[in-house]
Amino acid sequence: MYRIVEKEFLNPTVVKIVVDAPRVAKKALPGQFIILKIDEVGERVPFTVADFDRERGYVTVIFQIVGATTERLAELEEGDFLSDFAGPLGQPTEVGQVKRVAVIGGGLGCAIALPQAKALHERGVDVDIIAGFKTRDLVILEKEMTEASTRLILTTDDGSVGRSGLVTQVLKDEVEAGAKYDLVIAIGPVIMMKFVEKLTAELGLPLIVSLNPIMIDGTGMCGGCRVRVGGEIKFACVDGPDFDGHQVDFDELMSRNRTYTECERRAHENHKCKIGRTGN
Amino acid sequence: MANMQNTKTKMSLCDMEKRRTTFEEVALGYTEEEAVQEASRCLNCKNPLCREGCPVAVNIPEFLRLASERRFAEAKKVLSCDNCLASVSGRVCPQENQCEKKCVRAKKGESVAIGRVERFVADYKTEDEEVALPDKSAPRVAVIGSGPAGLTCAGELLLRGYNVTVFEAFHKAGGVLVYGIPEFRLPKAIVERTVEDLKRRGAEFEYNTVIGRTLTLDELFEEGYKAVFIGSGAGLPMFMNIPGEGLVGVYSANEYLTRINLMKAYREDYDTPAPVGKRVAVIGAGNVAMDASRCAIRLGAEEVYIVYRRGREEIPARAEEVEHAEEEGVVFKMLTAPEEILSDDKGHVRALKCSRTELGEPDASGRRRPVKVENSEFELEVDTVIMALGTRPNPLIRSTTENLESDKHGCITTAEDGVTTSRRGVFAGGDAVTGAATVILAMGAGKKAAEKIEEYLKNEA
Repeated sequence: MYRIVEKEFLNPTVVKIVVDAPRVAKKALPGQFIILKIDEVGERVPFTVADFDRERGYVTVIFQIVGATTERLAELEEGDFLSDFAGPLGQPTEVGQVKRVAVIGGGLGCAIALPQAKALHERGVDVDIIAGFKTRDLVILEKEMTEASTRLILTTDDGSVGRSGLVTQVLKDEVEAGAKYDLVIAIGPVIMMKFVEKLTAELGLPLIVSLNPIMIDGTGMCGGCRVRVGGEIKFACVDGPDFDGHQVDFDELMSRNRTYTECERRAHENHKCKIGRTGN
Repeated sequence: MANMQNTKTKMSLCDMEKRRTTFEEVALGYTEEEAVQEASRCLNCKNPLCREGCPVAVNIPEFLRLASERRFAEAKKVLSCDNCLASVSGRVCPQENQCEKKCVRAKKGESVAIGRVERFVADYKTEDEEVALPDKSAPRVAVIGSGPAGLTCAGELLLRGYNVTVFEAFHKAGGVLVYGIPEFRLPKAIVERTVEDLKRRGAEFEYNTVIGRTLTLDELFEEGYKAVFIGSGAGLPMFMNIPGEGLVGVYSANEYLTRINLMKAYREDYDTPAPVGKRVAVIGAGNVAMDASRCAIRLGAEEVYIVYRRGREEIPARAEEVEHAEEEGVVFKMLTAPEEILSDDKGHVRALKCSRTELGEPDASGRRRPVKVENSEFELEVDTVIMALGTRPNPLIRSTTENLESDKHGCITTAEDGVTTSRRGVFAGGDAVTGAATVILAMGAGKKAAEKIEEYLKNEA
């Protein structure tokens, strides 16, 4: 059993939990993920490692409430236990010699991009974080991102805080203003990564993306997380989750990620029913 | 006097309606009378060939004799001497290609139904005997993987007095016995009983521990383990590399079966979504393909096809599984090669485009090679395609362990004994060494490895 030692809502739908998992904390590196299961009847769900504390043996996971499992997870409190917590899984992020990097995070993607930005920043790399959110109330991790970067550029779709517009516009503006990036790292909704890919291809910039396909085991066994990269089938859990963004078939990934949309909707309704019942 | 009936005593099966709609066990096993009747068919040959046909060399004539005399508890003892997973192997072994193939009775009629009697005897309820736990000061051995190879190796090591820790990547022990083989063929309670028995005898189980990630093999030695057995199986699914494999509705058999068996997606009270298809094509004709097709029937599919590029004769699955799949309504499309999976306008599977094949000259595997018939393409309308083409060993351990040799297929290389690897103190067996094979061969390797580990530890001491 794995104890939740800390829990915090970062915005109304994004939750941070810190879990006591010494073996995972000892090994975790930026870019890797874990698989957790709440209890006997729960699903196995992958989450990127958002932070780790090797000394205390803690691993931080940040998730958005999107379906039945994340709803149930968000209802757990400090002191509650998860039945399973396996990892670290996947390949750590590999970044070669770089001087200046743009790390782009979209929404929850910022939580996943943060450890990568932090690691590069600690290595002395010039890191610009471009963090995009829908609106001011949904901004998360502003302080942490400021600390992990040379420069944090916030942008919102409605312009309620920071710049106004999409992360792609910010990247384009920065490059046109003279920023010389050796690499772009983009993590966020697949549609965002797809458009960052288009732009970075035009700009001739290398791109790393971190993918979040459907998974069960996380060790290469189910093949549910397969993505087409450079025309070949790759498993995000063992070959990734980081890939060369210019090689990824984003359209196929978007389609595959919708496999259980209908199921999720029903599970969500069902979950609300169950809450209703206990409430009575 | 032996029972001279020329056919096997029939085993009763679960009612067909129940079979098609629930995951309850299909083959119900013998009654006491039936077990005695069948065991009495053994002629007790002077030179029993059946035993040679068994990868773990069970003393078959002896347990059959005891069973025929209704001495079931004693029969169980003889059986469990050589096989600590007999309730499992009695259900899933391809006996027709092993012990029963060598049975003298098969020359004139059917062989003794050794597997069915084995199952009865292994399931026979006896009181747990008192067991001595391993001495705390005895060497500790790490077993990686809790599938049939790992469980057998752990059991054999305990018998030899060693301390054993089994490391499992999943949240539950059993490997392919829990994620792969469905409940209706192997009830999970049987696997749990086996694991509980090992725990009672002193084995420790560490779950959620992915060797190669959570801990490396070298760290196991640093933690004080004196020897390591790798029984990590062959879990990496293969795809065909045909167009359309990325469509929604295409699964590896591993994913399909794991959702259903390990995650219990077929049960309302579990959270994992079930892959429900109305028209399902399973590609391949091994045991895994039979399992997937029969799960599809139980999840309510209206049409389920086995699509296989060779012919009926070449089907690699156990005869009983093929028979049961057919009885339950699975349609066999033989001499049919898939070429492309076709999409609807939403990126979901709409149909499987296939060609007819003919059998040509034998290939490297000794089976006749399927050759495509020109202009024979046709479309099979389906909404789900399950790839049951076989699996390869997972690279996680070999890619994170220095000096552990493996071949071009990713299988760990061993010495002539089949279990000693290129690393001192490291032994391996089962699918991790052979590539995808059977439960009983993995058990054989686990047993052999325990012998070799004992030899190694005695030399080291």
